[in-house]
Amino acid sequence: MKLPEQVTRLGIVIAVIVAVVLLLRFVIMPATLFSARPHQVATVEREMAKPLQHAGVAACRECHEEEFQAKFAGKHRRIGCENCHGPSAAHASDENAELPRKPREREDCLACHSYDTSRPNGFPQVDPQQHKPGKRCVSCHDGHDPVPPKTPTECSGCHGRIERTKALSKHALLPCADCHVVEEQHMIEPRSALPSKPGTREVCGRCHAPGSTDAAASKATVDLASHGGTYVCWECHYAHLPEGRK
Amino acid sequence: MNKREFLRQVVAFLPAAGLLRMFPGTAEAKELVGAPTDEYDPTRHWYGMGVDVDRCIGCNRCVEACKAENGVPDEPFYFRTWIERYSIRADGETTVECISTRAAPPEQAPPEDPAVVRTFFVPKLCNQCAHPPCVQVCPVGATFQTVDGVVLVDEKRCIGCRYCIQACPYGARYLNPTTRTADKCTFCYHRITKGLLPACVEVCPTEARIFGDMKGRADRLVRFQRVNMISVLKPDLNTEPKVLYAHLDGAVR
Repeated sequence: MKLPEQVTRLGIVIAVIVAVVLLLRFVIMPATLFSARPHQVATVEREMAKPLQHAGVAACRECHEEEFQAKFAGKHRRIGCENCHGPSAAHASDENAELPRKPREREDCLACHSYDTSRPNGFPQVDPQQHKPGKRCVSCHDGHDPVPPKTPTECSGCHGRIERTKALSKHALLPCADCHVVEEQHMIEPRSALPSKPGTREVCGRCHAPGSTDAAASKATVDLASHGGTYVCWECHYAHLPEGRK
Repeated sequence: MNKREFLRQVVAFLPAAGLLRMFPGTAEAKELVGAPTDEYDPTRHWYGMGVDVDRCIGCNRCVEACKAENGVPDEPFYFRTWIERYSIRADGETTVECISTRAAPPEQAPPEDPAVVRTFFVPKLCNQCAHPPCVQVCPVGATFQTVDGVVLVDEKRCIGCRYCIQACPYGARYLNPTTRTADKCTFCYHRITKGLLPACVEVCPTEARIFGDMKGRADRLVRFQRVNMISVLKPDLNTEPKVLYAHLDGAVR
């Protein structure tokens, strides 16, 4: 069967168009025209060119070596200057620019040091309502070297929360040293000499063993040999509030 | 002009299309993306971040610094990085609260719930996945991974379709209301390429965040990986996050 002439001609035209388009797309036009790479290069360049807001500790140190050394010797040694003073890149590149802020308000310190139950154990915290309410932190503490103004003499100076918890419990009248051995060094550098915790059940057994002579504790005696397996008492009972947290 | 003449002119024009060759060739473009400028060679870096959950005190300084550094909108629901408070009760019930939405630290300590057995803060940010789901779903190729391992968004190419926001298993992306494009943590790409730390790491008071280069030999992040048990978020998704967590509780999602 012979195709009509007009169909053949149309077929040739279509074939030529297809060939031209394919030639354009795959041979003549460069692959980069369809590639995202040039866009990515431009984006990377745009990102890299963004202006700095934080200068970094090294830049602060160039002029403020004294403050850096004071901070480096103290408890705040690992804190970047701009944590408290705010973004200061403008000030670092031009000293006539607006000065970084001075953290003088209570809130500046309380952002880190207000008591929060989710904060890690041992992180220094105060209850803002108990600890010198209304007074600025900087009137007693130097932010660059924040040692307490005087060494605490009472355990409650630092462990106020435990002290207040214990005050409500049946153990209110027991002094801390009854159960903990506290070295003098702990008062000066707390983490370097941690107080002991009772290592044996006999510490609790002084009052809570059968045949106790203590009037109050004799109502809560247990047989040390059979009760609680191999655990030390405070692994289950919270001694600062034995009636709670069962 | 008749048909014959037209076709003749078309054929005559074809060689002129060779002008398009003046655009940079494929090989050239490859060099550009890995472009080692005089001061910075991205092929020598593979960035990551370490987060020690035990050290985070939830002070929100990282969130504020990030917003200042990157011009993230001030409203308390746009974040490139944020902090979550996890509270786990004795019966296993876990509550998660984003604490970065509050303006100032409370003047009074929040009341303590005796039923809560564990509670801690977890800093969150873009995990800069080695296999990023957000890059796979972008219909216009606006988001991509750089040679040094950071996932960036091309804000001129992004059409704001929000697919990537849906695809991110970590909720790390948001739609910037001013540019109407997707936005996310870039590890402060403009800072790290100059040898500075990301803003959040710069201001973190307890070194809960460590920034580093996994290709570095004596790098803080490499040391962080060596001395800590490392977990990542949602490892079952095989995204291979480059934000590494130490001391991460099993309840964290």
